[in-house]
Amino acid sequence: MNLRHAKTFLLGAIVLSFLVSLFSNQINSYPLYIAYDIGISIIMAVSLNLINGYTGQFSLGHAGFMAVGAYVSAVVTNHFGDLNIFAANAIFAVALVAGGLAAAVAGLLVGIPTLRLRGDYLAIVTLGFGEIIRVILQNMDTVGGARGLSVSHAWTNLFWAFGLSAVTIYVIAALVNSTYGRGFIAVRDDEIAAEAIGINTTKYKVTAFVIGAFFAGIAGGLYAHAKQFITPGGFGFMQSIAFVVMVILGGMGNTIGVVLAAILLTLLPEGLRMLSDIQHLPGFTAERPLSWVGDTRMIIYSLLLIILMLTRPQGLFTFRKPGKIKVQCSE
Amino acid sequence: MEFLQQLINGLAFGSILALIALGYTMVYGILRFINFAHGDVFMLGAFSGFYLAPKIATFVPLPSVAGAILVLIASMAICAALGVVIERFAYRPLRKSPKLTMLITAIGVSLFLEYAGQFTFGASPKRFPEILPVYHVMKVGSLSLNSNQIIVVVVTILLLLALRFIVMKTKIGTAMRAVSFNPEAAALMGINTDIVISFTFALGSALAAAAGILWAVNYPSIDPLMGILPGLKAFVAAVLGGIGNLPGAALGGIIIGVTETLVSGYISSTYRDAIAFAVLILILLIKPSGLLGKKDIEKV
Repeated sequence: MNLRHAKTFLLGAIVLSFLVSLFSNQINSYPLYIAYDIGISIIMAVSLNLINGYTGQFSLGHAGFMAVGAYVSAVVTNHFGDLNIFAANAIFAVALVAGGLAAAVAGLLVGIPTLRLRGDYLAIVTLGFGEIIRVILQNMDTVGGARGLSVSHAWTNLFWAFGLSAVTIYVIAALVNSTYGRGFIAVRDDEIAAEAIGINTTKYKVTAFVIGAFFAGIAGGLYAHAKQFITPGGFGFMQSIAFVVMVILGGMGNTIGVVLAAILLTLLPEGLRMLSDIQHLPGFTAERPLSWVGDTRMIIYSLLLIILMLTRPQGLFTFRKPGKIKVQCSE
Repeated sequence: MEFLQQLINGLAFGSILALIALGYTMVYGILRFINFAHGDVFMLGAFSGFYLAPKIATFVPLPSVAGAILVLIASMAICAALGVVIERFAYRPLRKSPKLTMLITAIGVSLFLEYAGQFTFGASPKRFPEILPVYHVMKVGSLSLNSNQIIVVVVTILLLLALRFIVMKTKIGTAMRAVSFNPEAAALMGINTDIVISFTFALGSALAAAAGILWAVNYPSIDPLMGILPGLKAFVAAVLGGIGNLPGAALGGIIIGVTETLVSGYISSTYRDAIAFAVLILILLIKPSGLLGKKDIEKV
């Protein structure tokens, strides 16, 4: 991502989302919720891209960190009654950061022991940690256990959803493009070579994990205050996979592609649902001729994933061939 | 007495996990990738039994031992074919691509099988027909042992012996071991690696189908998502035993099954799904190569 205009982009995006949010009570609530989902997906996918795409560590437990952020921020804001708009937004900001920090701590606890592992082992262990977080939340009666926790305030709005998406994109892009950030890419490209030139690979991997978890926690806070009801089951393994698919579809290590994929994949189920709700089509006699699309949309989704992997494993939005020279070694 | 009961339940559960784990470990041993869809092949094994049982009942009365064996063999054959098809169309084109691409394709195949299963079989749980007559072998105080639990363990042992025979004594088994040891050298020695890999998938999927039938006989409620958790736990079992190591997978399955049953019986049943993962994390921290695995040296 070109950084020269990045600061302008960041400011512009924040101001724009603020301005749009002023009119949000004029917008129908259903598209508004989809818009929140898009913002949350962008934060999740871009932060996961730091771990999976730039650092090359395969994490399948990102929804677990989202759960930590969602629960912590909800517990914080549930302490407060009705507040005026400034106090509410200030408390919300604190709650989001608290959720992010809690998720970052969880990321640190998960990262330190597991990041010695590689590839598919790491995938399974992060998946396992995601599930462990879910099971622990299910057993915590103070936050409702398996019944879920209702969140008193609907404080998520377009400003928070898209302002924070812009901040996430900016921070990750700036980090990866910094001198320090080159270390992430070195770890991804060749871990042994990176280690040989003196990069502390474990430290880089843990850093990527903690930063990714922090943003996932923030996305979790936004999610909790958009949906107003959270259950541990909502942050399962399938959710983590959905975010991984966004990263893969966008192209690992391609921030713009990942953002596009997050938008596309959040809109796709809605689009398929709309298709299946079409009442009449010329040439068809049946009512709702495309209703099969609604029933099979998850099958379509999984088939798309397989076909994509077989035909464009580098992602939909990556056009440049990686300029990496592969040296074949005999084993 | 209660401890003995839990131990027996755990052994039955662990045997099923062991059968699934063998499929993971064989595929990993040869292709070095986690076949995420393996748990769903287990689910399809149970469902093929569900749909085959009424057909088979028309010429062999069910429940009966002969009928149950027919159901078992037919489902194993169906799933073996399915495993070969999955490998041929989803994994073979990717054999030279990064492991991550294969892993994600496997996740895609797994999602496809689950959703296609929900679409064709319906999402609600189904009651598996009784294909085996159930006898209460003994009932002493609170201890009750029925024939199904014994059959699960016995069938598992028989399948393990058969697998051991195939891998150690037959020509194709030798080829499997050669390919897992070094695919390039094996190919240079004239082994057709494609056939060996197809055979490995067939074998692993047949074992998963057998596990599916045994599971359905023991816990007769089946649904299209039943394969996810047993699949993950079986993978943990394979890692615990040392991935790529056949006796290790069986041992890992038994250990996970017994531990999980004991913990949910004595400590807390709500934590049972986290136990396998806790074991996994512990084993990877203490001995990443698994209980019976050999340490892999990474060469640059």
